[in-house]
Amino acid sequence: MSVVVVGAGPAGVRAVERLVEAGIRPVWIEESPDGGGRVFQKPPPGFSRDAKALYGADAARAQAIHDTVARLRAQVDWRPGTLVWNLRPGPRLLNTQGPDGTTQEVPYERVILCTGAMDRALPIPGWTKPGVTGLGAAQIALKAQGLAIGRRVALCGTGPLLLLLAWQLTKAGAPPALVLESAGWGQTLRAAPGLAWNPVGALRGLAWRAALRRKGVRIHAGALPLRVEGADSAQALLWRDAKGAEHRTEVDGVAIGYGLKPETQLADLAGVPFAFDTLQRLWLPERDRAGRTAVPGVYLAGDGASIGGSVVAELAGTRAALAVIEDAGQPVDPLETDMIHRRLWLEARFRAALERAFPYPAAHAAAMPDETLLCRCEAITAGDLRATDAPEVNRGKAFTRIGMGRCQGRVCGPAGAEVLAAARGCAVQDVGRLRGQMPVKPVVMA
Amino acid sequence: MTPVRLVDQARPEIGFSVDGQAVTARQGDTLLAAILAAGLGRVRNSEFGDGPRAGFCWMGACQDCWLVIEGLGARRACSTLVEAGMKVIRR
Repeated sequence: MSVVVVGAGPAGVRAVERLVEAGIRPVWIEESPDGGGRVFQKPPPGFSRDAKALYGADAARAQAIHDTVARLRAQVDWRPGTLVWNLRPGPRLLNTQGPDGTTQEVPYERVILCTGAMDRALPIPGWTKPGVTGLGAAQIALKAQGLAIGRRVALCGTGPLLLLLAWQLTKAGAPPALVLESAGWGQTLRAAPGLAWNPVGALRGLAWRAALRRKGVRIHAGALPLRVEGADSAQALLWRDAKGAEHRTEVDGVAIGYGLKPETQLADLAGVPFAFDTLQRLWLPERDRAGRTAVPGVYLAGDGASIGGSVVAELAGTRAALAVIEDAGQPVDPLETDMIHRRLWLEARFRAALERAFPYPAAHAAAMPDETLLCRCEAITAGDLRATDAPEVNRGKAFTRIGMGRCQGRVCGPAGAEVLAAARGCAVQDVGRLRGQMPVKPVVMA
Repeated sequence: MTPVRLVDQARPEIGFSVDGQAVTARQGDTLLAAILAAGLGRVRNSEFGDGPRAGFCWMGACQDCWLVIEGLGARRACSTLVEAGMKVIRR
């Protein structure tokens, strides 16, 4: 049986591990040079910090993932540095481009897509200037390159990543100059009972807050970024506090990220049906609790299917591999699948509370000023989109090119849908979702 | 907006060039990190005239940090490690 696993983050690693245990030798494709995913990204060779310094409380899990990758590489057809730029469900083929530029067709009987996630952006005027990055981007800069994105950095976002990054920068000796948390205290407190579904996770958040307070880093709850000022780079951030007062803070780095969004492009090309998730406020590919989709041979796991974090990704990766094994007619242990389902159910309760506590600031996105460069790729403004009579996002794309650029709407998609829905006076799910096109990322032509 | 080299920066120096100008990087730097940490301010100019760009996502997704390496062609600065002698051309 030819099985392909796309992605070597926590979901992909656990999927491959279980396939190998069942005597399957999958093709394992990863876009970056090494495994670990973005959450457990390793610095390139030459860096010396150990797992504890890089991943803090998650060091043991990160180390286990890295060790598992190292062990599995020789037992599978490992293809790092390789982009999957197309998936054709009819002939069951993936199109890839390897590190040397060679393109290939990779057949599959079954494929597990573990494509991960990226920052969910909130475009504001000036956000295309050098010095402005995603929140996850600022974390990668620190983790994988040992850098702070500037001398005076503002972090704008919501939820665990915001606090974690603020704490990591502080520990590295570069406390952020400004931390803007979009969720208000009321929102967070109302969701507090649900957060008790994962006491360790919830306590970790409280510990970061306390530690930051001790170091003099203040978190402005209910605060939102309005505009990045500066000639050729970020020089100041205009922002609004919970009471509505506006402030201007001189900074040379601004990181913006409001939760994560799954990389669903390959699932989309596969023809997997999508449904709107009102909690995450995102369109997500539909799958059963084992990761099976309606498309024969296509399975999903990890943050690429639905944002759940790395613990969920590991469980979902194992579960999807068990589904592949089961569907191939080999036995699986029902006690193990039951245990995974129970843990996933518990984690989902916690995740739902997190989404309620730290929602995407949709109204703020919808109200972005007309001059905001909503689409970075094609430099198209929110006003351009509002000026169309497009009833849904794909028409908006045809009229304005928003979402047609190199990133295919990965970055502007969620915010663009909010802008269009507000302009049409309808719910965000009623303007639909951007359809994926191949190549899902630019392919380099020789 | 110049990134600060905070930790793990005792790596060996390597030389490359950007638009003909000699630049020093550290072994393991991505092109994005090396170009910005050297104070060069941008990895490209927007083809739509709205000014300089320096990427956004640092993880190969946003496609905002493409540049050209002589002999290799277009590459994402965030996903490409600096190699000694590389000749980078910014647009």
